Amino acid sequence: MQFHKYDVVIIGAGGAGMRAAIESGQRARTAVLTKLYPTRSHTGAAQGGMCAALANVEEDNWEWHTFDTIKGGDYLVDQDAAEIMAKEAIDAVLDLEKMGLPFNRTPEGKIDQRRFGGHTRNHGEAAVRRACYAADRTGHMILQTLYQNCVKHGIEFFNEFYVLDICMTETEDGPVCTGAVAYELATGEIHVFQAKSVVFATGGFGKVFKTTSNAHTLTGDGMGIVFRKGLPLEDMEFYQFHPTGLAGLGILLTEGARGEGAILRNGSGERFMERYAPTIKDLAPRDIVARSMALEVLEGRGAGPNKDYVLLDCTHLGAEVLESKLPDITEFARTYLAVDPVTEPVPVYPTAHYAMGGIPTNVHGEVLRDNDNVVPGLYAAGECACVSVHGANRLGTNSLLDINVFGRRAGIAAAEYALSRDEHVELPENPAAQVEAQVALVLSEHGEERVADIRTELQATMDANASVYRTEDTLKTALHDVQALKERYQRITVQDKGKRFNTDLLEAVELGFLLELAEVLVVGALARKESRGGHAREDYPNRDDTNFMRHSMYYKQGDGLAADIRLDYKPVTFTRYQPMERKY
Amino acid sequence: MTATAEVSTGSRGNQPPVPDGAITVTVKVRRFNPEFDDEPRWDSFEIPALPSDRVLNLLHYVKWYLDGTLTFRRSCAHGICGSDAMRINGVNRLACKVLLKDLLASGGKPTTITIEPIKGLPVHKDLLVDMEPFFEAFKAVKPYLITYGNEPTRERVQSIADRERFDDTTKCILCAACTTSCPVYWTEGSYFGPAAIVNAHRFIFDSRDEGAEERLDILNDVDGVWRCRTTFNCTDACPRGIQVTKAIQEVKRALLFKRT
Repeated sequence: MQFHKYDVVIIGAGGAGMRAAIESGQRARTAVLTKLYPTRSHTGAAQGGMCAALANVEEDNWEWHTFDTIKGGDYLVDQDAAEIMAKEAIDAVLDLEKMGLPFNRTPEGKIDQRRFGGHTRNHGEAAVRRACYAADRTGHMILQTLYQNCVKHGIEFFNEFYVLDICMTETEDGPVCTGAVAYELATGEIHVFQAKSVVFATGGFGKVFKTTSNAHTLTGDGMGIVFRKGLPLEDMEFYQFHPTGLAGLGILLTEGARGEGAILRNGSGERFMERYAPTIKDLAPRDIVARSMALEVLEGRGAGPNKDYVLLDCTHLGAEVLESKLPDITEFARTYLAVDPVTEPVPVYPTAHYAMGGIPTNVHGEVLRDNDNVVPGLYAAGECACVSVHGANRLGTNSLLDINVFGRRAGIAAAEYALSRDEHVELPENPAAQVEAQVALVLSEHGEERVADIRTELQATMDANASVYRTEDTLKTALHDVQALKERYQRITVQDKGKRFNTDLLEAVELGFLLELAEVLVVGALARKESRGGHAREDYPNRDDTNFMRHSMYYKQGDGLAADIRLDYKPVTFTRYQPMERKY
Repeated sequence: MTATAEVSTGSRGNQPPVPDGAITVTVKVRRFNPEFDDEPRWDSFEIPALPSDRVLNLLHYVKWYLDGTLTFRRSCAHGICGSDAMRINGVNRLACKVLLKDLLASGGKPTTITIEPIKGLPVHKDLLVDMEPFFEAFKAVKPYLITYGNEPTRERVQSIADRERFDDTTKCILCAACTTSCPVYWTEGSYFGPAAIVNAHRFIFDSRDEGAEERLDILNDVDGVWRCRTTFNCTDACPRGIQVTKAIQEVKRALLFKRT
């Protein structure tokens, strides 16, 4: 076992982690731990843009952005947080530009802006050009720019260090986070990092689903670790399905395509979004578009030989727009489906994309241990966190915004907290014991079950029973399946028993997190007997503000994998926006 | 049970159902785990796969159902994270961006696909190499915007044409396919390599940047751009379609004529 001591430890090196590191690293001694290399993080897969009311191309202001975010989230958004995000968006974009991000430009040389789903002028009048972008690789450019600036500032990275636990020390003032425990992939060695502050920025858990835009590595590790510590997770039933995944594959095609004028059509060529969202049509928020697509297919109006997808028609945009503004998605369609978007419409279907829920935090990134108290020294930002700025449905581009605004805030808060403490709080006794036992257990021969089989079955049941539309019956089936899989998981065997880059072991550990998070998602979806944002219950088709205008909070009861989940609620923060019916 | 049967079913239970339209291909993988092996070897696996499968799917099939010790990096699985550069049938590719249909032997003959780690970087295990020398070369060219003087309150102004000037080299995902396809890099690991030069280019030709001279000095070094022999392997290898050799030539020209 090796021991390290830092002021701040950041776990995860995607957009939120590196944005936090740039702030923290200039103020306090900071280490960034990532199970990948920083530039492999899935922020790099984001395409379309990052919204900020710069008003570079048309009238706009951050209050409209706030309103759109709250309405887009079906009023489950904490309004104070949404206001902060929309207000700080402008500086967040300008900061990135000053760090070197090569945004597309207007003829005057300013940052160019494009339309995006749910972003409107004057509270819903019409689509507004708010998304700042770099072709259709905005996330790639953000990830590269943040990494470049980490290099510039000499940020210390521990690459391929897989964090499996955090250290919590009981004090007079309650539990305090005092460090993290990591498994070094190269050597199999365990490392204990003592720290005054720990920041989670570990991303989402899209791999609970089969059809997903998420990377193989997005297995909810940070959320899982926090949950196992008895800390709550928030709003996990709200999972976003991005409308335009390549059919059958789930690979993302940016909403920016529709922002540039692409149109969704059903099997008979009809522009069906005119029926579902008469004002902004194809640029309605993602939950609405995904449901509309699913309905078209369910009601027999799909396209293709099995009528099981719809079409994204970009053909009228012309080769020049596709090559200059949407080159990557053009190539994805050509490479993976052998379809050329210049001449043919592209088969698309919703793909599991983004967790609105996660580790509850306040607007400083401080992690909550219940509705009223924070865990001193523990922070979270980005997709793994729930501030909540996305409520029941995130608007397109607001994730790149979230990681920059709240990554920055968490980095500053973590560093300032660390600097305000003279001494490190003592670590608990044997801080690595739990991780050592966990690794030893996975490596021991204790059954016949194969990780890939359990993961495949998990993903299949989640796709079939807990995706765009849900009912009591499908969710009960999913819960039954997930619990049976958790039981089988106790009997897994990995083949690789070595210490060197044991990715067999890694996948087994990741699956453990996926199973727990899938169960939380399903339990939450069963309990929420209403339809709101990304959570659509066929048996409860309406939003129920009387009973469910509140955040869900889940706590793990007990230690084992099969432990119970306790459900509690947290009020939504309102400032000036009263809930209204959500029409577009 | 015979040895052959053990290879096909392994110790990992039944295989998943074979999809309609699958064909059986042989995947020959270069294996080496310094923890146990004295030297590298080739392992072959027979795999049912669809023509639309990515090579990454074949590797996953091996890892998940035949041999869990097979080790490689991967993440996004659609060509943007840069984790899974490897030598596939002798050329550098991303395993998630090559489809089986493009590797099938002609005339319905049996297909064998060979997969090796990228060359020129020390092998840690199987297809997974030590990326540190690669990232050290990247860091050495000061791959970040360098400016002097006061920052503007709003964004720096840049014309569409000036933005376009370095567009190609902003696409780099640091997968190392170019650098590890370069014969010069194979023999002289001290050479910065194409990827580092691409990332220097991305800033040297950015109108907002004021660090071109510093970077050009670095690249004028004995291990810099002059090592390039314009073999174009790098351009062929780039999964992002970057004109790598052209970018290197532009840096050379900037050095010769001191203009960016």
